[in-house]
Amino acid sequence: MKSVPTTLRQLMRDRSAALGFFLVVLVVVAAILAPWISPHPEAVWDMNPANRLKPPSRTWLFGTDRMGADIFSRVLFGARITLMIALVAVGASLLIGVPIGLWAGWSEWWIGEALMRVSDVFLAVPQIVLAIAIAQTLGPSIENVILALSVTYWPWFARLVYAEVRALKRETFIEAAIALGVPPRRIVLQHVLPNVASPIIVRASIGMGFTILTAASLGFLGLGAPPPAPEWGRMISESREFLPETWWYALAPGVAIFIVVMGFNLLGDGLRDVLDPRLRRSHDR
Amino acid sequence: MIADPLLAISDLAIAFRTGHGVARVLDGVNLSVGRGRIMGLVGESGCGKTTLARAVLSVLAPNALIEGGTIHFGGLDLLALPRARLETEVKGRRITFVPQDPYGAFNPLFRVGDQMMEVMKWKSPRRQPYERGFGPLLTRFPRARYKTDREALIALLNEVQIPDPERALAKLPGAFSGGQRQRLLIAMALMTNPDLIIADEPTTALDVTIQAQILKLLKRLARERGVSILLTTHDLGTAYEICDEVTVMYAGQDVETAPVAAFFTHPRHPYTARLLESLPSPNREIKEIGGEVPSLLAPPQGCRFHPRCERASPECTASRPAKSGTGGHIVRCFHPLTMAAEVAP
Amino acid sequence: MRILALVAKRLFWFVPTAAGLIAVVFFISRVIPSDPVALIAGETASRAQIEVLRTKLGLDRPLPVQLVDYYRQLLKGDLGTSLFTTRPVADDLFARLPATIELTVAAMLIAVSIGIPLGVISATRRNSGIDHGLRIASVAGLAIASFWLALILQLLFSMKLGVLPLQGRIAGFPPRAVTGFMTIDALIAGRADRFWSALAHLALPAITLAVPALATIVRFTRAGVLDTLGRPFVDYQRATGIPRALIVWKYVLRNALTSTVTQIGLLFGILLAGAVVIETVFQWPGIGTYAFEAILHSDYAAVMGFTVYAGGIFMLVNLLVDVVHGLIDPRGGTA
Repeated sequence: MKSVPTTLRQLMRDRSAALGFFLVVLVVVAAILAPWISPHPEAVWDMNPANRLKPPSRTWLFGTDRMGADIFSRVLFGARITLMIALVAVGASLLIGVPIGLWAGWSEWWIGEALMRVSDVFLAVPQIVLAIAIAQTLGPSIENVILALSVTYWPWFARLVYAEVRALKRETFIEAAIALGVPPRRIVLQHVLPNVASPIIVRASIGMGFTILTAASLGFLGLGAPPPAPEWGRMISESREFLPETWWYALAPGVAIFIVVMGFNLLGDGLRDVLDPRLRRSHDR
Repeated sequence: MIADPLLAISDLAIAFRTGHGVARVLDGVNLSVGRGRIMGLVGESGCGKTTLARAVLSVLAPNALIEGGTIHFGGLDLLALPRARLETEVKGRRITFVPQDPYGAFNPLFRVGDQMMEVMKWKSPRRQPYERGFGPLLTRFPRARYKTDREALIALLNEVQIPDPERALAKLPGAFSGGQRQRLLIAMALMTNPDLIIADEPTTALDVTIQAQILKLLKRLARERGVSILLTTHDLGTAYEICDEVTVMYAGQDVETAPVAAFFTHPRHPYTARLLESLPSPNREIKEIGGEVPSLLAPPQGCRFHPRCERASPECTASRPAKSGTGGHIVRCFHPLTMAAEVAP
Repeated sequence: MRILALVAKRLFWFVPTAAGLIAVVFFISRVIPSDPVALIAGETASRAQIEVLRTKLGLDRPLPVQLVDYYRQLLKGDLGTSLFTTRPVADDLFARLPATIELTVAAMLIAVSIGIPLGVISATRRNSGIDHGLRIASVAGLAIASFWLALILQLLFSMKLGVLPLQGRIAGFPPRAVTGFMTIDALIAGRADRFWSALAHLALPAITLAVPALATIVRFTRAGVLDTLGRPFVDYQRATGIPRALIVWKYVLRNALTSTVTQIGLLFGILLAGAVVIETVFQWPGIGTYAFEAILHSDYAAVMGFTVYAGGIFMLVNLLVDVVHGLIDPRGGTA
C-alpha cells in the first residue's frame, strides 16, 4: 500500500488517469455547488408551463423539459442524486463485502464458506436483473435503489477479498505471524487488510462507474427516484415522448452520465496501474 | 583468417535505446564462420553474444540501432539486403535457429506437427519460387509438396531419435520432455537444409546428462550435412565438446579467436586466461575475475577489459588494440600472453 | 467422454447455484414484502380478492413449505400468472425469448467480428496513434448509458436521416414463424424484402447493444495479445521466418482468445443487462420489453418470473461457455 501523496503523484503522471481524476472532481464540485451555480435553482422541481420544452438558449443553456424546468439546473442537481446513490451503495457494499471476505477467507469456517456460496449466486446473474426484482418489491425511491444496488454489489468485494486473503494466508510473513502466536484479529487487521486495500480501492472506483450506470438504468425503467426528482435516467426516459422535436431533452443527462462514468473508469484504470499491476482486466465490472 | 567464410561479421556495432540512455551492446565485433565449421561464441551473460546471434538471424528488438559494420552471408550483405528477400530467402531458410528454451519455443495450443509443417510450408527447400497465394493467411500448402515435405520431416525425426514420428507429429508440445523438444527443434533447424544454424545456448535449460547427448547429435547431424553452426554459450565445457573454433567476447567486443585446442591450452588474451582460471579444476584453486562487468551505458574507452586487467597500460585506455596473431589464433590485446603460458584445461 | 466429464463437473456447480438463485428470488418476493399477495394481486385488488388469492397460491402456509412449493412449481416450469396478460409468465417469456436471442446474438456477432481485429491491431501497434485512439474509445464505449445511445441513434438515423426504421422487428406482416428469428424465418420463407426489413429493424438495436461488448472485447483481446506477444514461442516463430501476419492472426490470437474466452460468459451478462433497457427503447418484443411493461403495470408475478427466467438463461449460457472453453483448449479442461 502506497501513501496517498505518492499515489496521487503517480496518478497525475498518467494522462488518462489525470483526466479521470479531473472529471470526477468536476462532477463532485458541480454536485456540491449545484444550488449556487445552477442558473435557475427555482425551476428544478416546480411546474412552469409557460417555459415548457424551450430549446437551448442563453437563458436555458440546455433547454427546458416538459415541466418547464431548466435542464442544466436539473442535471446539476441530478449529480447530487447520482453521486449519493453510487457513494452510499458502493460504501455499503464495501462495509458488507470486505468483512465477509476477510472473515470467510481467514477462518474457513462453514458459515463463511456458505456466505461465499451465497455471493456466487449473486455473481452468477447480471446485477440489474436482481436489482430490478428488489427495486420492484420495495417500490420506487432513492433509498430502495441504494438498497437494491448494495444488496447486489457486495458479493464483488467479498469475492475479491476472499481470494486475496486465501492467497495471502500462504505467504511466509503471515505464516510466520501465525507461528509466533500473534492473535488472528491482529494479523487480519494489521497485515492482511493493508495488503488487500489496493485491489479494493481499484474495484471501488470501477464499481462507482458501474453502479452509476445500473442506477441510471433503473431510473430509466421507472424504478428509481420518483418524479419530480432530477434523476438522470428518468430524465432520458421522459424525453422519449417528445422526440424528435426536443432533441436537447435527452442530450445533457446522457452526456452527464457519460462524463462521470468515464471519469471513474479512467481513474480506476489509472489506480490499478499505480497500485496493483497484477490486476490486468478492470472492466469485468 | 578463413578464406571465403560462410558468415563474416565485421566491425558490427549495435546499440539499444533504453529508458536510461543508449546501451552500446556490440562495439565493433568481428567474427567469421567457415563452411561446415562449428564456431563457439563464448562469454559471460550480458557480453552481447545473444545480440550478435539475433543480429545474424535479423530478429533484433525494435529498439536496436545498427550503428555500423557489415554481416556478409554466402555472398549476401544481410544488412543491405531488401527486407522481402531477407525474409523469404535467408531467414528461417538458409539461416535457422535452435533456441535456448525448448519449453517455451512451441505454442502450447498447436500440434507439434502443425507447427513444424507451417515452417515447411514457407521455408521448405522444395518450395518453388512461383508458389503464390492470397496473402499469408489464405495461402494453401500445395498438396504434392506437402507429402514430400512431410516424408522428409519424418525421416529427419527418425534421425534425431524421436520415437514413432508419425504419432509424435499429432501430439501437443506438452507431451514432450525438454530433451525431446530440443531434438524436435534441432530437426526444425535442419529440415530446410540451411547453410548456417544459430544455436543460442541450446542446452542451458536441459539436464546435464541430456546436454551431452543433444550436443553430440547436433554436431553429428551438422557434420553429415556440412552445415555450419554458430553456437553461443557461457559454458566452456559445451564449447570444448563440439566447437572447431572459439571466439571470446567481453562487454560487446571480441577479444580472442582461436582453434578450440589452442584456446584451451594457450589462451593469449588476459580475459580468456582469467576465464579459464575461473573453471573448477582439481589442480588448482578457482580464481574469480576481480572487478565488475562494466556498464554498457557508459563503457570504458579503448579495450573494455582494461579496468579489470592487471596487464593494462595507458595505451589500453586510449584505443582498442588491433588484431594480431597467426594461424587462425587472433587476439586483440596490446599485451597478450605469450604462447608459452600454460593453463590446464 | 471428456466432454461428458466436463459437463458433469460444471453441472455439479450449476445445480446448487441455480437453486440458490431461486432461493434468493423467493426471499426477495415472499420474505421482504410485508404482504406479497397484495403485490401479486395488484393495486386495484380488494381485501377479499387478496385473501382468495392468498389461499389459492398457498401463501398462507409457513415459509419453508412455500419455498418447497416454489421449487416444485418452478420444476414444472410454472413461473406464475401475469396480472396484466392473464397468461402464464413462462409462456409469455418463452414466446418472446427468440427476439431477445436474435438481438443478443446479432450484437455478439458485431462485437466479436469488429472487436477482435481491433484488439489485435491495438496490441500489435502498441502506443501508436491507433492504439491510443482505440483505448480511449473502448473506455468511452463502456461509459455510455446504452439506453441513451439508443435514443441518440434513433434520433439520428431514424428521425433525422430516415435511413433505418425507428422501432419494432419488421414492417408489415412477419414471415411464418419457424425458428422465431425474424431474419432467418424470412430467408426460410424465401422473402428477400422481408429479410431486408427484418435486418434493417435489427441494425440499430444490435449496434447499440454491441457497443459495450465491443469495448470489452477490444480491451481483453488487446491485453491477451500483448501478453502472448511476450511469450518465447512468438520470438522463436519470428526466427523461423514465417510471415508475421500469420504469427499474429493465427498463433498469437488463438492463445490470446483461449485465455480470455471465459470472458464471453461475462459478455452475455453485459448484453443481457443491456437488452433489458435497449429493447424498451426500440419496442423490440423480447423479454426486456416484457420486463419493462411488467414494471410499468406493477405486474409483480411477471417481474419475478422475468428475474428467474433471465437469471436462469444467463447461468445456462455461462455453463455452455465453460464447456465450449474446455473443448477449444486442447490441453483439456483448465478448471
